[in-house]
Amino acid sequence: MKTPQTLLRKRPALRVLFLSLATLVLVLVSALVWTGWRQGGGDEIVKTTLPDLSSPALLERGAYVARAGNCMGCHSDKGGAPFAGGRAIQTPFGAVFASNLTPDPTHGLGGWSASDFWRAMHHGRSKDGRMLYPVFPYPNYTQVSRDDSDALFAFLQSLPPASQANRKHELRWPFSTQPALAVWRALYFSPTPFVPEPAQSADWNRGAYLVQGLGHCAACHASRNALGGSSPLDLAGGLIPMQNWYAPSLNSPAEAGVSRWPQDHVVALLKTGTSPSGSVQGPMAEVVVHSTQHLLDSDLRAMAVFLQALPERASDIERAPVTRTQLSKSGGQLYDKHCAQCHGESGQGVPNAYPALAGNRAVNLASTVNLVQVVLHGGYPPATAGNPRPYGMPPYVMDLNDKETASVLSYIRGSWGNQAAEVTAVDVNQARQRSGR
Amino acid sequence: MRLLVWLPAALLCLSTAVSAQTATAVPTPKPFEDSIAQRSLACTHCHGAQGRAAPDGYYPRLAGKPAGYLYNQLLNFRDGRRHYGLMTQLLEPLSDGYLLEIAQHFAALDLPYPAALPAAGSRELVERGRVLVMQGDASRQLPACVQCHGQRMTGVLPNVPGLLGLPRDYLNAQMGAWRAGKRRAHAPDCMAQVALRMSPDDIQAVSVWLASQPVPSDSKPAERLAAVAGLPVCGTAAITASATSATSAKTGVAR
Repeated sequence: MKTPQTLLRKRPALRVLFLSLATLVLVLVSALVWTGWRQGGGDEIVKTTLPDLSSPALLERGAYVARAGNCMGCHSDKGGAPFAGGRAIQTPFGAVFASNLTPDPTHGLGGWSASDFWRAMHHGRSKDGRMLYPVFPYPNYTQVSRDDSDALFAFLQSLPPASQANRKHELRWPFSTQPALAVWRALYFSPTPFVPEPAQSADWNRGAYLVQGLGHCAACHASRNALGGSSPLDLAGGLIPMQNWYAPSLNSPAEAGVSRWPQDHVVALLKTGTSPSGSVQGPMAEVVVHSTQHLLDSDLRAMAVFLQALPERASDIERAPVTRTQLSKSGGQLYDKHCAQCHGESGQGVPNAYPALAGNRAVNLASTVNLVQVVLHGGYPPATAGNPRPYGMPPYVMDLNDKETASVLSYIRGSWGNQAAEVTAVDVNQARQRSGR
Repeated sequence: MRLLVWLPAALLCLSTAVSAQTATAVPTPKPFEDSIAQRSLACTHCHGAQGRAAPDGYYPRLAGKPAGYLYNQLLNFRDGRRHYGLMTQLLEPLSDGYLLEIAQHFAALDLPYPAALPAAGSRELVERGRVLVMQGDASRQLPACVQCHGQRMTGVLPNVPGLLGLPRDYLNAQMGAWRAGKRRAHAPDCMAQVALRMSPDDIQAVSVWLASQPVPSDSKPAERLAAVAGLPVCGTAAITASATSATSAKTGVAR
């Protein structure tokens, strides 16, 4: 039998080829590490005039920036002190634990300066120069202005210090190493300030800054490759790693694109979690609760202007018409028994309470993970000032098995004008396995 | 851990499957109404119609429990002091004010209890349970349950829950969770301290006895506790002004 070793021994030409290839790969990786390592080393970090961190106006602005950036969404653990970190963010490479942002001198940002903080936000490096994991969305935050960064820092420094130690990340090798991060940064990151587009309106530019920079919408609404790389400007939808929710495309009118919505509906969705054109659930409900409901109407309108101007791009649904087998009778019976009471006999829903399923974009998405999540685990839209007492959907995880869940969802996706592909019991089972129920 | 919680529930499901089948004949769907009952269908789906408890013996009754107790539990699930994925996921996007309103809705329901089941245990075990509930065990600094939960064991306003009308498996699971640190309350967490002093046999005895006791016809929680020296001060969530004002504003809209 010819093992690779014997082959190489017997064929000198192969051996030379192998060695040259190996050298080439080594040189390339080293070049990437070198590039990534140098990047954002930061000569331009030190600012000559530092802001007065105790100015009330600056603190107020910083609190607002924290809302718009949804910092506490990750940097506060359930029931823990606000901004004290500790929450695990699961990634395909292992768990990353959010850090303590309070001014505690040992565990938090107590010893940091506004310039150190700017280095983290803009260059993705810690105070000591260590490269940070892009779970902290610095590919987006790099667009945040120095003034907003300083305001945010002032606000964080004004919080009560929490002496909560940071947890060590639990990442697999080689992702746990700085050279791996250097490669990642060379491929997918360069510190880039936000540059306004002079041809566009002030609202559009403000919206672009909020959506692409501070709001880091692309952290969820973009697809990622095997290395976790994505473009911070891509909003074409993607499966959120490990959470088992699909963040729909903001470009596609068939998914979550809003180019054809009235502008007021876009603003209402972000402010209240619901609108006549649709409502939010799952991870986006959290975003509305912690972030967008607190933003100024003028900023929400700016975001709407930018989102509505995104180029329309067809999604998988529009590209591939589906062929369906006949609707199962059992799916219809399950629908009548469990769903019709609220969603109506013809999927018409109840205005301001239960969404219509007929013609519902979320129902017709190519990805079925969100539907399975909602049926198995139920859910409420966010309770906000504009929609303080939402109606809820019960969890059906104890009532319906995989086959029944698939059957009723297939019925819904093929009735009342809906024309989406069937859901299989395997789809449901995978979703159930991943969520551990 | 999950298995420990589910196993008793699953076993009980088997034993009650026959009666459950007759009990869950398809109800005629009610027309939509703008009410808090309609808004909390997500709760009653598992906890039984009007929060009377589900036939599987795992999802506890909500109806008639003290509002403060229910509110605290909703916050505990949402904020990670109690752990049950379904509850946490449902409550995550809800506000303090709305949770208080939901708690008050279930607390205000006055519904009859089903008859208690016969005690499932030896006479010694049942007697031991009775003694622990009514007298405690001073030698081990175990207070009697009735000291805090009321002489009639129907709870005490505003925050202490009743102990009757709950399935044995539910009681076992809760005390086990408290011992394991999986169920917590606001500090100072009295019940955690008590549960840690109880052995698994104590827990079994107490659960068996409590589950076999009939609920008195007046099942309402006591207004206040009889004054007893040396009772611990227990932690609870403060009902904030913003939560109450939000609730009154919201209920004003609804009615």
